[in-house]
Amino acid sequence: MPKLDLKTAGPFIALVVVFIIGVLVNDAFLSSGNLSNILARSSFIGIVAIGATFVITAGGIDLSVGSMAAFISGCMILLMNALMDTIDSMVVIIILAIIASAGIGAVAGLINGLLTTKAKIEAFIVTLGTMGIYRSLVTYMADGGTLSLNFTIGDVYSEVYYGVFLGLPYPVWVFLGVAVIGYVLLNMTVFGRHCFAVGSNESVARYSAINVDRVKTATYMLQGVCVSIATIIYVPRLGSASGQTGILWELEAIAAVIIGGTVLKGGYGRIGGTVVGALILTLIGNILNLTDAVSNYLNGAVQGIIVIVAVYLQRGAWRRD
Amino acid sequence: MPDKNNKSVTLSVRKLRKSFGPVEVLHGIDLTLRGGEVHAILGENGAGKSTLVKILSGFEQLSGGELHISDGSGSSERIDVWNNAIAEQAGVVLIHQEFNLAEQLTVAENIFLGNEIRGRVFLDKKTMRTKAQEYLDILRSDIDPDASVDQLPVSAKQMVEIAKAQAKQARVLVLDEPTAVLTQQESQVLFELIDRFRQEGVAIVFISHKLDEIEQIADVITVLRDGELVGSYPATELSKDDMARLMVGRELSSLFPQMPKVPNAAEVVLRVSDLLLQGNSTPSSFELRRGEILGFSGLVGSGRTALMETVLGLRRPAKGNVGNVELRGERVDFKQLSAARNKGVAYLTKDRKGSGLLLEKGLIFNFSLFSLHKISRFLIDTKLEEIAFEKAIGTFDIRMKDRSIAAGNLSGGNQQKLLLAKILEAEPSIIIIDEPTRGIDIGTKSQIYHFIAELVASGHSLILISSDITEVIGLSHRVAVMYHGEISGVLESDEIEEHEIMRYATGLKSKHSHNNEVEQSGTSNAKA
Repeated sequence: MPKLDLKTAGPFIALVVVFIIGVLVNDAFLSSGNLSNILARSSFIGIVAIGATFVITAGGIDLSVGSMAAFISGCMILLMNALMDTIDSMVVIIILAIIASAGIGAVAGLINGLLTTKAKIEAFIVTLGTMGIYRSLVTYMADGGTLSLNFTIGDVYSEVYYGVFLGLPYPVWVFLGVAVIGYVLLNMTVFGRHCFAVGSNESVARYSAINVDRVKTATYMLQGVCVSIATIIYVPRLGSASGQTGILWELEAIAAVIIGGTVLKGGYGRIGGTVVGALILTLIGNILNLTDAVSNYLNGAVQGIIVIVAVYLQRGAWRRD
Repeated sequence: MPDKNNKSVTLSVRKLRKSFGPVEVLHGIDLTLRGGEVHAILGENGAGKSTLVKILSGFEQLSGGELHISDGSGSSERIDVWNNAIAEQAGVVLIHQEFNLAEQLTVAENIFLGNEIRGRVFLDKKTMRTKAQEYLDILRSDIDPDASVDQLPVSAKQMVEIAKAQAKQARVLVLDEPTAVLTQQESQVLFELIDRFRQEGVAIVFISHKLDEIEQIADVITVLRDGELVGSYPATELSKDDMARLMVGRELSSLFPQMPKVPNAAEVVLRVSDLLLQGNSTPSSFELRRGEILGFSGLVGSGRTALMETVLGLRRPAKGNVGNVELRGERVDFKQLSAARNKGVAYLTKDRKGSGLLLEKGLIFNFSLFSLHKISRFLIDTKLEEIAFEKAIGTFDIRMKDRSIAAGNLSGGNQQKLLLAKILEAEPSIIIIDEPTRGIDIGTKSQIYHFIAELVASGHSLILISSDITEVIGLSHRVAVMYHGEISGVLESDEIEEHEIMRYATGLKSKHSHNNEVEQSGTSNAKA
């Protein structure tokens, strides 16, 4: 008889519990509109958190993702508005913006990676610094206000967020796609193994012929690309970017990763858990919206408690081993 | 003299047992340390010496047996609770192989670390500094009490440790391989100090692999073998040959397999010419031939690992290095270990737990980590991985409770076999092994020696770094000896002998002046 593995099953059990609470709280919870809304909203944090799973598994941390999302949003909007004068096709403009977005994400990740590995500054400090830089840059670009996407492009682009395929919004499909690719990459490839090894013990990784710096830098680049993907589906939702965009995304992403069972000190990561973690966080916000029993303003408090309990249970599971 | 009697103490253990998890490493040891005696503890690597002194000084707990202390008055007291704090109270001070100094603090601050002299409120730095100077004067040392410890050479650090022991008024002073990092002259100064402590009634425990030193300094010799007490003897009763015989307990020939000879025409597979290491002024050169085991001997810190890691790309050579590395005649410059591995060169680290294995990860994960490129295109072929692992379990006789345990739960010997399997799975033709049998029981040691013999028999070439001199002598065709970061000599056939190696290792002898001769003789017959 296989024992119930709390470490693996824990997040899934928690998801079921939260879901049942949702059903009990309000009839509207189970409506298809609400459920697809939950999935679509969780996809932003979820996609960012999948990138964070790689970074954390390899022993790093990236605090800059929220600011990076705001910065990339701002760049995309400025670029699309500027291209309006030269290019006629809205679709071409959007595709160019998407390519630019991915490029900025990858380069931003590369910078984080190189500063941590080559300049040997702690990841916490590096990304705390870039977090401030991107946040400030987007505020500067918007001149302290809001950058708005041209309405003509916005109308075409909004399809990316609001469009539906097989009954599910596009963002959910993107989330699913990123999750599957992330799962394969982390669990079935040499790169994934190397992430585990680097996060577990860098010295052993080095003596196992693993290029530790390259692996770590790659995780930050992957994180940057994930942020860019999340941004690509986020921009059409509001059609604007400001200094307030993506605030606290980094903490929500890290929370989703930790709730999912990935170990914060590195060496062990779970993509499936991260997806579940992102769903749990969104569900809690949604349920608090649907009930009067607990104020919606306490959303952050409830999320905080969940993270602490999740880590506590994780530790218990470690100790038994 | 009543003063000195007060200072003297007798510490004894009876039927002392020590287990780590399920593995018992000390099986009932009796030992009596008396004030005014130098007590040498002798044994091979892994015999249990370090564990024993850690228990004596309270860093490890007893698993069984008794510990007694009696002071000058003659009454003996059984101690039930024994830990580091109580041991220090009783005046037991251990000086580790690796020093226990706060590198950023000054000499004076270190001497009084944890033992500070206080004024009414604040530390009395002035008194501490004066006292520290007094202690250093007694040691006839010219170390500046205000110097920062990280600026001091190794021998001076040891001096600081001894001054620290004085400040704690040590009554039992435990020295774990104190001369391993010292030159011959520095060792002599240390021996004078030990003699002075002895006259003052301090009980001294002295661990060393160097039989000369033990003959010179010891009053009593206790021999351990594989965690068992062989016996305690007055030093005058034992010759050096007796010591070696008691320590090894068998004929050496049975431990080491017969090594195949290296053919005269064997090609040079690895040639290192004038490679300049970081922090060194003299470049190093050596060559390795196909089917050969080239031993690397030398004291701890003599630069053997640094040399190999520089060859392998794990460290960069010194700035201005003009030397080079040739692999089968082709010039290479490895910047990453993966580059070396892809060219068929592998390295077995001496730090099994810190750099060799991921202790909390599974066995398969560890096994394939060095050779994943072999079993994957984009995805890892886990079927191939399992087949290779099963095969390696058989080949290397890795024993475990079940396949799902973490590598850290294997015994030391099985960890080492797993590490060897991991390295060899990449199918290297040149293997550099660093301390392959450190802390390993005698049975596994012998197994590993046989693996090594099979490797060279099948055309692999090996570099063997080892601090176990019998191991180097028993396995190597030629022996390179390093001293202070440079190769002081390469010994062949009859020259390969413990005392000769030690002369090169301690800087008494050097072949530097006729380097050419050594290189030319590289093509002559190897040791049978």
